[in-house]
Amino acid sequence: MKPFKLIKLDTSINFLSKTKLFVSLSLIFIIASIFLLFSRGLNFGIDFNGGTLIEVQKISGNADVSEMRARLGQLDLGNIQLQEFGKKTDLLVRVEQLSEEEGAQQAIISKISEVVEVDYEIRRIEVVGPKVSAELIKKGIIAVISAVISVLIYIWFRFEWQFGIGAIFALVHDIIITIGVFSLLQLEFNLSIIAALLTIVGYSLNDTVVIYDRIREELRKYKKMPIMELINQALNLTLSRTLMTSITTLLALISLYLFGGEVIKGFTFAMIWGVLIGTYSSIFIASPILIGLNIKRDWSKNNAE
Amino acid sequence: MLYFSKFKSISILLICLFGAIFAFPNLLSQNTINNLPKIMPQKQINLGLDLRGGSHLLVEVQSSVRASERMDDLYDEIRIELRRNKILLSDIAQTNNQIKITLSDDSFKGNLIDIIESLSQNVRGQFGTGQLANELEIVEQIDGSILVSMTEEALSDLLRRSVDQSIEIIRRRIDELGTKEPTIQRQGESRILIQVPGLDDPNRLKDLLGTTAKMTFHLIDTFYDGGNVSRSSMKLQHAENESTYVVERRSIIGGENLVDAQPGFDSQTNQPIVNFRFDGQGSRKFGKITTDNVGKLFAIVLDNEVISAPIINEPILGGSGMISGSFTVQEANDLAILLRAGALPAPLIILEERTVGPGLGADSIKSGQIASILGLAFVLIYMFASYGRFGIYSNISLLINLSLIVAILSILQATLTLPGIAGIILTIGMAVDANVLIFERIREEISNNKSVINAIDNGYKRARTTILDANITTFIAAIILFQLGSGPIKGFSITLAIGIITSVFTAFTLTRFFVALWIKRSNPKEINI
Repeated sequence: MKPFKLIKLDTSINFLSKTKLFVSLSLIFIIASIFLLFSRGLNFGIDFNGGTLIEVQKISGNADVSEMRARLGQLDLGNIQLQEFGKKTDLLVRVEQLSEEEGAQQAIISKISEVVEVDYEIRRIEVVGPKVSAELIKKGIIAVISAVISVLIYIWFRFEWQFGIGAIFALVHDIIITIGVFSLLQLEFNLSIIAALLTIVGYSLNDTVVIYDRIREELRKYKKMPIMELINQALNLTLSRTLMTSITTLLALISLYLFGGEVIKGFTFAMIWGVLIGTYSSIFIASPILIGLNIKRDWSKNNAE
Repeated sequence: MLYFSKFKSISILLICLFGAIFAFPNLLSQNTINNLPKIMPQKQINLGLDLRGGSHLLVEVQSSVRASERMDDLYDEIRIELRRNKILLSDIAQTNNQIKITLSDDSFKGNLIDIIESLSQNVRGQFGTGQLANELEIVEQIDGSILVSMTEEALSDLLRRSVDQSIEIIRRRIDELGTKEPTIQRQGESRILIQVPGLDDPNRLKDLLGTTAKMTFHLIDTFYDGGNVSRSSMKLQHAENESTYVVERRSIIGGENLVDAQPGFDSQTNQPIVNFRFDGQGSRKFGKITTDNVGKLFAIVLDNEVISAPIINEPILGGSGMISGSFTVQEANDLAILLRAGALPAPLIILEERTVGPGLGADSIKSGQIASILGLAFVLIYMFASYGRFGIYSNISLLINLSLIVAILSILQATLTLPGIAGIILTIGMAVDANVLIFERIREEISNNKSVINAIDNGYKRARTTILDANITTFIAAIILFQLGSGPIKGFSITLAIGIITSVFTAFTLTRFFVALWIKRSNPKEINI
């Protein structure tokens, strides 16, 4: 059997010819994301907003959202969000945090369980108080920033500062646009999305590093080749690998998205999106930036390996 | 790149064997494992609460309550001492954990300070120094008054002791519930993390933790005439109904004198009750007081609520008695647990709760399994279709990689959570990346008309730095995730980090080993990749 080849070896696509187009497209997305972030905001889950989340399952038959709404409405607990969760039998109840008093939400849970437990099974309870949610916000921001910085240091150390700038630009690009998508679609933004963002950082960087490695290798080999042509060649040579890896990772992620259950759907969605945008940014953002930053041409004395 | 010394070959095979042996117990049921010979590894992966069901609670010890209790006592003690020494007070006021004292005659200020210093206890000083520090801070104000408050050292010592005692009491209470393997850990200065797997009724756990269970016995104030409550008495609510009781503030005996409490049934009414027994000192005290107060009422008070107020019919000399509230069987049972385990030094407040029922846990395991198997199948097929024979080598390595991840998780007894499963699935997708890098490189070398051996050799050699760079960056992200670590996320970062390490070994070293074996055996003149 002859192995199937995704990309022919002599492929030569001029990736850099459309650089202006892609860079301006990305800039528009970034600006739009920032705008969305300030106008629409993020749909913070209880991890960051505090509050109570209860997942229930009807013991027999299908769940009835409006009946449940009426039932919970009588309890007078303020703003309650109710939605079907994955299956027809499952409901997700979200109660906003009303007071700054720690522990106040436990009373809410016992009230809700009392009226719900008649014909529903409680499958999950999550409560995050004001102190913990404030800490989680802080931790989340610190985590993303420190990931970006430590990676910058690593790239700087392994390559040159220009590569570091290029990689970081691509990373920030990926992170901002992913957050923008979460704002646009108003998907729940919680701790697991932060985890997904950090994994995207790792993944997108992985892609970028592979291409950069190749660019560096070509720089050593062809001392006189124009930089545009050289980067383009490196992109073409790594294209097959870039796509192969994205596809295998996507295959795994899509099966997780479809069959992994409702609880981690948001997380897998962010990851799938991250793989797509990470692949895009390594090719169309991280690499062209090197041209503008005037990278060193003579690598003969540098023993970066 | 294609030469493997004997030592190296044996090491590689041993690592694979190690993976197989230590991953194996996870395929067996607990029963089969118990019957295995002791020499075999028996550790299975430790499932997280989100997979096996259970409660994760982060509680905070409210030691400020104890600090203000201490200030209350001090307030009384200072007044008593001043009266005994015949020093006249102009004013004494207690606000915000401070006592402000103004004397009528400032010349006695020295005596006052001596009195306060004598009331001050020694506390443990700064951590690790082993030195003692003062409990009370005394500040003279410009207006001549004196401010007394607790020192930083005293407050942090109080907090430390409260958390230590709370952990002990919580452990006893949870052990009484009969659950297996609870985790009870101090978190930071004032918090305790409690993880209890496999609970049927998480609310019961929270009730047990939410009760301080400070039990005291008080005589009913017989002088109370319905008007103002006197200073030495207090008004308390009944726990079950609307009635109130005015009882003497000073308790005649407390829960610290209890040695045992058991649920039982009243022989006459058949109502659930709690039988209790005092220690020797408690028995004598209780005997004397009941002898002196026959015919009077006394109140059994739990956390400032009256749970029962019986008449003393006859002196109780044996040191044992019973509490008959209007309990259900479970309430009687839980009260007995609380009394046996002892009172919490300070109230606990739940800051964070994550509870997963057993049903959802089982569903998550099932969907995690399906997603892993399908994801794995897709990747295996795709790799085979893309790289033929090399794809098979990479696929075998991938399977060994998975068994290594499972083996390491089992040995470390790291917790596998649902995001952890996602981490493994992601590893499946990314582990083949190294092989893709190598195989693409070999293709390129072949197209440059290199010989088979040269092409393979170069492919591995050139891809090596790239593979390391790419994996180190993801590893950095995993480590930062671990630091962020809250329960499930930590699980994700652990599997991701382990997966990166094992996949570098399997994708780089192991496939190379397979390829080397193949080349040695059949010495191919051309390869199909």
